[in-house]
Amino acid sequence: MSALKDAILKYVKNEYIEEGDDREVTYETPLISGGIVDSFSMVSLKVFLETTYKIQIPDAKASPEAFDSVNNIAVLLKEFGIE
Amino acid sequence: MSNHPRNMRTYEEEINNFKWEISCKELGYNEGDVINIGEYCSDRICRMGKADKLALIWEGHSGEEKRYTFNDLRQLSNTIAHFVRGLGINPGDRVCLFMDKVPELYIGFLGVLKSGAIVQPLFSAFGSESLLTRLDDAKTTAIFTQKKHLPKVRNILKDLPSLKHIIIVDDDASKPLRECEVAFHMDTAERIDHFDVYPSKAETPSVLHYTSGTTGKPKGAQHVHYSIISQYITAKYVLDIQDDDIYWCTADPGWVTGTSYGIIGAWSNGVTQCVLDAGFKAETWYKFIEKHKITVWYSAPTAIRALMKEGNEIIKKFDLSSLRHLASVGEPLNAEAVIWSKEVFGLYFLDTFWQTETGCIVVSNYPEMKVKPGSMGKPFPGITATVVDLNTHVPIEKKGVVGMIALKPGWPSMIRTYWNNEVTYKGKFKNGWYLCGDRASIDEDGYFWFVGRDDDVINTGGHLVGPFEIESALLEHPLVAESAVVGKPDPVNMEVVKAFITLKPGTVPDKMLELEIMNFVRKKLSALAMPQEIEFVDSLPKTRSGKIMRRVLRAKEWGEEIGDISTLENDM
Repeated sequence: MSALKDAILKYVKNEYIEEGDDREVTYETPLISGGIVDSFSMVSLKVFLETTYKIQIPDAKASPEAFDSVNNIAVLLKEFGIE
Repeated sequence: MSNHPRNMRTYEEEINNFKWEISCKELGYNEGDVINIGEYCSDRICRMGKADKLALIWEGHSGEEKRYTFNDLRQLSNTIAHFVRGLGINPGDRVCLFMDKVPELYIGFLGVLKSGAIVQPLFSAFGSESLLTRLDDAKTTAIFTQKKHLPKVRNILKDLPSLKHIIIVDDDASKPLRECEVAFHMDTAERIDHFDVYPSKAETPSVLHYTSGTTGKPKGAQHVHYSIISQYITAKYVLDIQDDDIYWCTADPGWVTGTSYGIIGAWSNGVTQCVLDAGFKAETWYKFIEKHKITVWYSAPTAIRALMKEGNEIIKKFDLSSLRHLASVGEPLNAEAVIWSKEVFGLYFLDTFWQTETGCIVVSNYPEMKVKPGSMGKPFPGITATVVDLNTHVPIEKKGVVGMIALKPGWPSMIRTYWNNEVTYKGKFKNGWYLCGDRASIDEDGYFWFVGRDDDVINTGGHLVGPFEIESALLEHPLVAESAVVGKPDPVNMEVVKAFITLKPGTVPDKMLELEIMNFVRKKLSALAMPQEIEFVDSLPKTRSGKIMRRVLRAKEWGEEIGDISTLENDM
């Protein structure tokens, strides 16, 4: 599980945190409500998850709540058998 | 819900009696007087006996809270103005505010104006390239920003010879600052009780907001201090804000709603406003309303539809009975959302229409006017609005016929020019009318009904995005040969950006490349500009002269008639 979370966390840090921005982002950090990933950028995060884990996440499941932290995303991916 | 008498009488009464002079009189302005938005929103309110009244209740994403009275606004905006002047920034210089929705942004707006400089707010989610385009065009002298956004500014500093000062409002001294950079902490800086506010007059430039067009770079819509005459009275009449209200405007001051009604409208009326500096989450929003007992809520259709999507059950968990007036702006509010709000909040979200260029609400629904769900409403008293023929620009008399929304120039908050672009500004006027670029019809009762944009500009989540800027960014990707960008229908955001792309020979498209291109645009421009969908195609529809026909692609996305394609060079 932590390998999965680490991979997601790495992607989030690489893509949504500007180089030189030293904010700490952990598994629990609020991504959507914390303003790190906005509602428009959620689409790219969804495409990343779908492409990397070869799944299709229905729009109804891709809610701000489900994407709000690395931990929440891991819970979502578990529904698709990804751990 | 309280039973407040409304600020505005019936629409008919106001139409027959309204004059902008009413606003001048209430604000204490006489022709030729000094008028400074910063002073009018802070010192003037203190002189009215409201120095100790709360002006701003700010909450961050992790629940931290800060509160400021109108006297705090007065002193802290003085402090910022004093600091700006101390840097050697002159009246008329452009000072950018590039921050999240933190108190320094709201109070800094007033402070920069008090100093006499022109304030240039920019959306903090902009990437380096979007920032560069706008700072370069305005030849901006100074920028206020936060540590987290500093890397974006540093990236482009070498291309901005005019930019002399980078002011970091939350520097923690953990890393050394570079040349041109200076730390400034508003809350702990020595407060300046008296400041000689710049004696701006009605036509002195105040705010520079950038807005996107179909072609070319974004344009800087230049406003003047006199705009407050419109913003004050429209906030009072349309948003119905009153002395005991707790007001929440959800817009970001990087865009015009966030300044006209997220700063000027509320504070020129001496009203307490709340700001939530957090991303969207239905539960957080409802909790915020409940906690602060918000009474007047001005939001956007995208947010309202996103709340609808979360369902009605969640609403029952909160006490939202403080709400008494709701309004919406940014894009047309669909009838379903208007009806839904009545069902769940007991109140209609009243749709309002205006633009960066108009500076204030120009067509709207009003508290005491019958709501026709889905309609834009009627012209604000004092605004002459109609729809004109698309070719002749003559007003259309026949009811229900679609034309271009046109306004008779002359209201106080109308832009005075586009920065460095007088030609484009003048091109907005035809036959004595200012053309909004939006199409609508007017029904037999005088209600306006929005139809769509008259150009290729994409309205996504209430923000205008120019296709040209995105296409230009796409072409900088090493594997992209050509691109065309159009708006695609979306149930929440009205439109989202869709890109059609041809790749360089030998490149095979796949999902990873799609993701790479999405992120490429997002980082360069902004998340708003990032294509939410990319379609890789073999060729793009072009005229025989080689011009890409966006309208053909757009029509396909919207399921509309493609129209005349006699100039089309190739089959799609």
